[in-house]
Amino acid sequence: MPQQDEMPGRSTLLQRIRYSIFPGTARAEKVREGYRRLFNSLILHFRPRNVQEETLRWTLTWGLGGMAVVLVLLLLGTGVLLKFVYQPLPEKAYESILHLQNEVLFGRLIRNIHHWSANALILVAFLHLLRVFFTGAFHAPRQFNWVIGAASFLVILLSNFTGYLLPWDQLAFWAITICTGMLEYIPGIGLWLQSLVQGGPEVGPGTLSNFYAIHTAILPAFLLILMPFHFWRIRKAGGLVIPRKPEQSGEDRSRSVPAIPNLLLREIVVALVLLASVLVFSMLFNAPLGNKANPGLSPNPTKAPWYFMGIQEMLLHFHPLFALFVIPALMLIALLALPYIDYQVNTAGVWFASRKARRMAFVAALAALIVTPLGIVADEYLIEVAARLPVVPTWVTNGLVPFALLLAAVTAFYVLMQRRYAASNTEAVQMIFVLLLVAFLVLTITGIWFRGTGMKLVWPWNIGTPG
Amino acid sequence: MTGKKKTKPVASQNNPPAVDSSRRSFLNKLWIVLGGLGFVEVVALILAFFQPAKRRAKEGASEGIVEAGAIDKFPPNSVTAFVRGKFYLARLEDGGFLALSRKCTHLGCTVPWVSKEMKFICPCHASVYDIRGEVVSAPAPRPLDLYRVFIENNIVKVDTNKVIKRSVFRPEQVVYPKKI
Repeated sequence: MPQQDEMPGRSTLLQRIRYSIFPGTARAEKVREGYRRLFNSLILHFRPRNVQEETLRWTLTWGLGGMAVVLVLLLLGTGVLLKFVYQPLPEKAYESILHLQNEVLFGRLIRNIHHWSANALILVAFLHLLRVFFTGAFHAPRQFNWVIGAASFLVILLSNFTGYLLPWDQLAFWAITICTGMLEYIPGIGLWLQSLVQGGPEVGPGTLSNFYAIHTAILPAFLLILMPFHFWRIRKAGGLVIPRKPEQSGEDRSRSVPAIPNLLLREIVVALVLLASVLVFSMLFNAPLGNKANPGLSPNPTKAPWYFMGIQEMLLHFHPLFALFVIPALMLIALLALPYIDYQVNTAGVWFASRKARRMAFVAALAALIVTPLGIVADEYLIEVAARLPVVPTWVTNGLVPFALLLAAVTAFYVLMQRRYAASNTEAVQMIFVLLLVAFLVLTITGIWFRGTGMKLVWPWNIGTPG
Repeated sequence: MTGKKKTKPVASQNNPPAVDSSRRSFLNKLWIVLGGLGFVEVVALILAFFQPAKRRAKEGASEGIVEAGAIDKFPPNSVTAFVRGKFYLARLEDGGFLALSRKCTHLGCTVPWVSKEMKFICPCHASVYDIRGEVVSAPAPRPLDLYRVFIENNIVKVDTNKVIKRSVFRPEQVVYPKKI
């Protein structure tokens, strides 16, 4: 078909410039329609034209995925701004942050927004993960999208972690020292990996330039690839899971409505409210900045970033081999393998799988909520296995033995609950998930608010006073 | 030309004409192998790029050797901190010397010497070591690392180039001044 370019007889300079940028706009209406369709079909890989009306419900998604996107964009924007001021050298990093805060117009605000958005992103992404799990949105055909989401969550965690070092204050330096110190306990490759990550024998200039490059180039690139992948797979799955009550079957009860304005409007509202909240929060609360890093003086207590506090707390109860390698590795494998279990029932769209599963999850949460703190306190004040068996290596007394006890406790709980409820494996998996989740949350909270000087157990209001 | 070869495969020693496209499939495999080799090379190059440079070893042994001072400067049962060398020089009760790394063997915090209690107490996770660097209280998995101590003309010197890891304290780790 011959293309007939309809150049208007008299065109102004501005028009000609416009045609040079968008050649399509100078063409006949029929041709332009083709271009539009091409562009739309690209957009339609990621955005639906119509959505199921029921999936628009706030109580299905809580807007969490959208919030995560807004926060990522906000982080990219503020991150690029920070890049203009920040200098990734040990002698200059801290000073450049001071310069940013004290002399650059809005410098402190930009840093605050970046800091709080990053922390909020962990929280939002984690809640999003829980939402997806508890609405069964990991069942077929969404299995692989769960894996993509989990990978994105890891990238977000790593981004936060690498960003934590950059201010080069005492808080940053020692948190990264103990966290990279943890790598040593990975069997076989631990020491090699540690020196690779640290860029030398200890945290120093090499670590800072490594973390800077990873934080500002590698991880954002990963995230920018993973995110569209994630959205595309939602499209491929035919949109979000359709919420339903346990009694309802999953077949077509919903009505299709145009995404514009129904979905778009809701997304814009969530985005604007979130932006306003982050802005107000960042105006009221400053991102923490301690004294400049001093490699000769470890502060007491030295704590990991809050999202690793659960692992740090495990470190106080298990040998490092188990606290830092065996248990986290198993948790990660379980997280990635979760959608690939051969489930007896597909509960996609039902909050907490079924009525029975809700009761089971409640019992599991309660059990973990009671047993975990008791375990922590007992280990702190009563149990001293290592002292009683000085001959046996500590990785057995402090590692294998408590780990086996843990496994036995979880198994016993499972058996007892199954005897009482005779549940399907879909329901049982959710129960175990809740049990471990609540236990891990209790550990994290203990690490953040109940560990004071010398890592002793204290009440949150005594945390600053030396014991 | 390739089309001709495909329809009429030429028999040779390496490529018997058993399958119609055996040469093509061989060449395809060759490409895959070469591509794989190239990929491995690039990965190796990137890994090598990220290996921390071993500058110290190149600059010669004298670089990392710290002159601690005359023997008499260190009374028995005392610990002296060397901030620049990042180690402690401990003199035991019997007059022997040990150069202890200040890095906690648990997670790498800097361990201060608490002279009141005659112990190294880590502020991070409360590991405790005695004057010989031996673990008194967990979670530290092994004693403090050592540096080599040697005595020349009554001057104590410490070689900080190489960290010596140990799983337990042994008397032969201690360096004694020669009896005059």
